[in-house]
Order: sequence, then structure tokens, then C-alpha cells
Amino acid sequence: MNLTIEVNNNRMYANQGDTILDVLNRNGMSVPTLCHMKGLFPTGSCRMCVVEVHGRKNLVTACSEPVSDGMKISTHSARVVESRKTIVELLLSNHPDDCLYCERNGNCELQKLSEDLNVRERRISGQKNNYKLDVSSASIVRDPAKCILCGRCVRVCEEIEAVSAIEFVGRGSKTFIDTSFNHGLNLSSCVNCGQCIMVCPTGALKEKSHLTETKDYLSNPDKVTIIQYAPSISVTLAEEFGIAPGTNIIGKMNAALRRIGFDFVFDTSFSADLTIMEEASELVDRIKNGGTLPMITSCCPGWVKYAEGFYHDMIPHLSTCKSPQQMMGAIVKSYFADKEGIDPENIYSVSVMPCTAKKFEQQREEMTHNGISDVDAVLTTRELARLIRLHGIDIHKLEPEIADSPLGTRSSAGKIFGASGGVMEAAIRTAHYLITGKDLVKFQINSVRGFEGRKEVSVAIGDLEVGVAVVSGLKNAEILLDEIRNGRSDIHFIEVMACPGGCINGGGQPIGAQEDAIRSRMATLYDIDEKDAIKVSHKNPYIIELYDKFLGKPLGHKSHELLHTHYQARNVN
Amino acid sequence: MNSTIHEILKNYPNAGRDSLIPILQNVQEKMGFLSEESVIEVGKYLKMPSSKIFGVATFYNQFRFTQPGKYHIQVCRGTACHVLGSATVLDEIEKQLKVKTGQTTKDKLFSLEVVACIGACGLAPVISINGEFHAKVTTASIKDIIEDYRNREEQQ
Repeated sequence: MNLTIEVNNNRMYANQGDTILDVLNRNGMSVPTLCHMKGLFPTGSCRMCVVEVHGRKNLVTACSEPVSDGMKISTHSARVVESRKTIVELLLSNHPDDCLYCERNGNCELQKLSEDLNVRERRISGQKNNYKLDVSSASIVRDPAKCILCGRCVRVCEEIEAVSAIEFVGRGSKTFIDTSFNHGLNLSSCVNCGQCIMVCPTGALKEKSHLTETKDYLSNPDKVTIIQYAPSISVTLAEEFGIAPGTNIIGKMNAALRRIGFDFVFDTSFSADLTIMEEASELVDRIKNGGTLPMITSCCPGWVKYAEGFYHDMIPHLSTCKSPQQMMGAIVKSYFADKEGIDPENIYSVSVMPCTAKKFEQQREEMTHNGISDVDAVLTTRELARLIRLHGIDIHKLEPEIADSPLGTRSSAGKIFGASGGVMEAAIRTAHYLITGKDLVKFQINSVRGFEGRKEVSVAIGDLEVGVAVVSGLKNAEILLDEIRNGRSDIHFIEVMACPGGCINGGGQPIGAQEDAIRSRMATLYDIDEKDAIKVSHKNPYIIELYDKFLGKPLGHKSHELLHTHYQARNVN
Repeated sequence: MNSTIHEILKNYPNAGRDSLIPILQNVQEKMGFLSEESVIEVGKYLKMPSSKIFGVATFYNQFRFTQPGKYHIQVCRGTACHVLGSATVLDEIEKQLKVKTGQTTKDKLFSLEVVACIGACGLAPVISINGEFHAKVTTASIKDIIEDYRNREEQQ
């Protein structure tokens, strides 16, 4: 650190190239930001982060201004605070006054900024634009009236996800965010990942809620209600109730789901194990019989839609396996329904997912069997928290319970699905067993773990060297797939997750989590894996039983009928 | 339609994003407007998502997204015309044609555009129909002017 600057009369050290914001944050000081996105190039457009620099006539944006030696900065002078307050007042001038009814009430950056800056009246009254809600998507609802044009959704969609479904449209006070030719999200290239929701400071973007119909079915005595929860939910739900990030509350969650009234509580990690049985078998089959390689995972519905649109020439590379959510749905309405003597039509099957794209996946026409959908409703982690609160359940006081048998028992291989690299690791463990007949000596594959957007390693399975790659964030997938398209052939198996870091950072997770919270979630998943007795899907006793009693063998006739699917090329532009 | 666009794109070998606006201007010049199809083709050529192109194009007043009518009405909303009542003239035209600015009538006869100043302030408020100027229009005279064009069409 070779530069010295002075902030509010305190000395701070900085590196060449640091922005003022970098230095402030490193020293535990904060200035409010709206358009700023960590890791992306600053735009300096919202001007919330302005500070006063001694000797400069105008206020400068801390997010984009590089520090220089001897710089003297005031971060909270009267002029600066007044300027920020005016910006918020201007943003509020045409903002709807319906905080009480807003999805983001209590968790809204605009609300917090106006509170922090002591905005107590509507000083400026602007003309309100008349925008329609975009409810066209199966996953995401857009309300342009609540949009403050920070541009974070546009940037995440383009720079992290390489999708560019939305863009600033129009000019001046009539600018708003919309899809190409105002067609609405369902006809756009949107892959439903929901990362736009995660970065939205207000209620302009939210998931399409399945809460009301879920409640209705819960109170219908003729229906058997079944709920499954994705591997990552138990390590993220806690944050919605003020419990430390990364706390695993699976036991309390099971208890809460029963109190809400679900008849059966199942764990999607069980069907993640099932996915691994099918997917690892498919990989081995492709390797042994000259099938299309590299094979690419298909459990992330955001990725699947992206591939169908942007890389439809590579659809044969996608594993034909349904995702764990859909496998659970299919097994519940076949094997389980048979076993319990319930008519599948009388089952209402709900899943809790860290994901908005799962809502789209659930509605795909491929995801039905004899006209009955595998899964009937999908709740995000946020919606589950709402459902728990709605039932007046104090999660802190609940005694832990275990999930129902037989679809609630998992190996830890199924659990690590929640983190980027987890599917890969779980699949390699089982593929190794399938090829060599022996388990790995060491189950941990550290090189596919962690937060890097792209991880590559070569794994020895018996005599075979299998090249594997793990990418998260579709921009990273784009780069890797272009290499494959251009002839790269040393990779045999690829895991793609649309959300950076995997499902623990999915578009349905609690809003406002910082990076260290997401790291804690990942750490917890791997800690569970470390401590669990059964670390491989093929040793899950209930998976063995399921194949013995019902499915026969992986890739068998029944599996194809229930657990595998196909894809469709889609037009995107 | 695609062939026209491909003809246009031939004039821009190795073009990058910086050629977007000249290309769009060229497309509009040849085809009268930017169709969704043409935007998609330009996007493929420049490797740009159509949402981006739509964003850029809607920023500028010069681009239109609907096919212009046989008679393209430009209403001047410059300062002089404004002072002499061009806003009410515009309202009246919208009422007469039952379209909003930027749209084309259902019979494809008229389309309506607002322009900043057409440099004929002495004739304010002025409108131009296919380049033919109509001076000192009023809400009363505009009805006759439109009726005139309708009659002309029927006689043909």
C-alpha cells in the first residue's frame, strides 16, 4: 500500500488503482451505493456514493474514482449528505407509495436509504409513469413502476449470465427496463435464473408466487400434500429468521413443515442421489459406448433453457436425466403413491427450491407423466419463510425432527448438490464405483470445490483419465462451451450451474446475503459431507431399495419412462 | 425482406458494434422502419442481443418500429409551433386518426410522427405530409387536410 489518503481526518492507506469505495470498505466505512456491483466495472450512474474531495469543485463518485496520493475526502459532510438525500427524494418522486403491500417491505434498499437519510416527506412530486406488470414469465414478475433504473438486473443478466434478456428502453424520464420489442419475459431469452431478483434493490423484480395455491391445497382435506426441499434450503432458510448464515436447520425445518400441515416431508437430496445413479450410469455408458462427450449436467433448469436457446447445437451433450426436483416428483406420484395406495391425482406435490427457474421447469410439458405433472407447485426459500411466518411458527423453539421415509433419507453426495461442484463430485464418486467396482480412497475432490466461476481437473478413474470442468454463472459456461465448439476435446464431463457458486446462491434464496454468508452456506454443506457416514449415492439404502423394488436398474425401462427427459431448441435473439 | 437486410449488411464488412447506428439508419431508409425481423438480423450480424439493439434504437427519436403509412405526417413541435398551439394540433390529429404518435392507422394510410423543428417557423404551426408542408394549421383546418388526403385516396 503505497498511497496515503485522508478520510474525514483519518489517515488510510491505499494501493494504486483502488477506488475510493475500495479503500473505504476495507477500512470499515461505508457510503451508500445503488448501481455499484462488486466485481463489475463501475458505472457511477446513480451518484449515491458521492463524496467530497478537497480541491475538487464537484462531488465525485466513490465507486468509480481512483484514489491518488494525499487525497483528502469527506464522506459525510453536509453537502454530501444533502446531495444523497436529494437523489433519494428524486427517486421517490415517482415511486409508488405502497410499501405496506410490497414484497420487499422491510428488505428494500430504497426504503432503507430513505430511512438512513431521514427522508420524512414527499418533497418532490413527479409524474408517475403508467407501466404494466410483466407477469408473462412462469418464474419472474416484473413491476417497472417500482424500478429505480439502477441497472443492476441488466448488468447481471448480461455480464454474469450472458443472457441479455432485458435492457434500458426509451430515453429520459420515459426510460424503463424491458425486453426486446416489449414482448415480455416469457418470449425473451430469459432463462429464469432469478439473479436479477437477487440484485434488485426494490420490489421491481420478484418470483411468481405459488404461495396462495399451496395454502389452498393445504386446507383441502381430499388432497395428500407432499413437500420436498432442495439440498441447499436447510443451510439458507436460517437467515430468513435471523439465525447465523450457514446454520443447518434441517430438523427444525422438518418440524415446521409438519406443523404447516404437509402430510409427508421428503428431502430432494434423496432424489439427488437418484439423479447421480442415473447420471453417473449415463456418463459411464457414454464413455464406454462412444456416446456424445463431453456430457453436461442437466439439473439446473436455468442452464437447460440457456442451452436450448443459445447452444441448441449442443443439446445431445446434455444428460437426459431430469433434475432431482422432477425425479422426486415422478417417484412420489408413482412408486410412493403405489406403495401408500394413494391415487396420484390426489397428491399435491410441492417443492422448496433455491431457484426461480424451477418454477419454469415444473411447468414444462416434458415434466408430466400420463397427463399428471410431476410437481405441482414450487416455493422459493423466501416463500417458505413466508409460509412458516404465516402459520405463526416460532422456528427457534421447534424441536428437530427427521424427514419421512423412504424418500427423506440421503447420502451426503446428494446434499452437496447445493454448491457449485457438488454434482460433479457426487457423480465422480459413483462413476468411479461403477467403472472400477471400488470406492474412491478419498472422496473429497477439492479441485472442484469453491467459488471460482470455473474449475477444471483431470480425475483418474481406474485406467481412465476423465477431464472434468465445473462452471457457474452462465457467462463462464459460454466461454467454456465456445472452447468445446471450437474443438477442445480433453473434457468429458461438465457441470453447469446458472447461479454463481451454485444453488446456495440461487435466485430463490434470501435477499441481501453478503459474500461471506454464501461462503458459510457452502462450508456447511461440505461439513455435513465430512461428518456423514454415507458419502456416496449408490450406498443410500433407500436408493438400493428403490431400484430393487421398483426401478430395476439405472437407465432401465422404468427409469427412462419416469426419470429421463428430452429438450427442445428455442429461438433466442 | 431478409434479402434487403443482407444487401444492406454487405456494405458493412467486418462491422462491429460501433456500426450499429449507421446500419439501423440504413435499414430504416430502405425499409421505412425497423422491423423486429431486421433488428434480429442486424443482431446476428453484429453478434449483439436484440434487446441491446432495441434499447439503443428506442433511445433515439429517429427510429420507428412500425411500418409508416402511405401518408407520413410529421407534426412540428419546435418552439415557434409550440407557442402557436402545435400541442392542440397534435391532439386533434391523434383524435382524427385514432392513433398515437409513432403509430400507423389500421388502414395503413396515415402514420404520425413528432419532430423537433422542421425549419419553417414562419409557417407555424406547421405539419408536413410526405414532405408537403401545410402552414398555420388549426384544429379546424387539420380535419379538412386529412379529409383531403382520404378523398385523394378514394379517387385513385
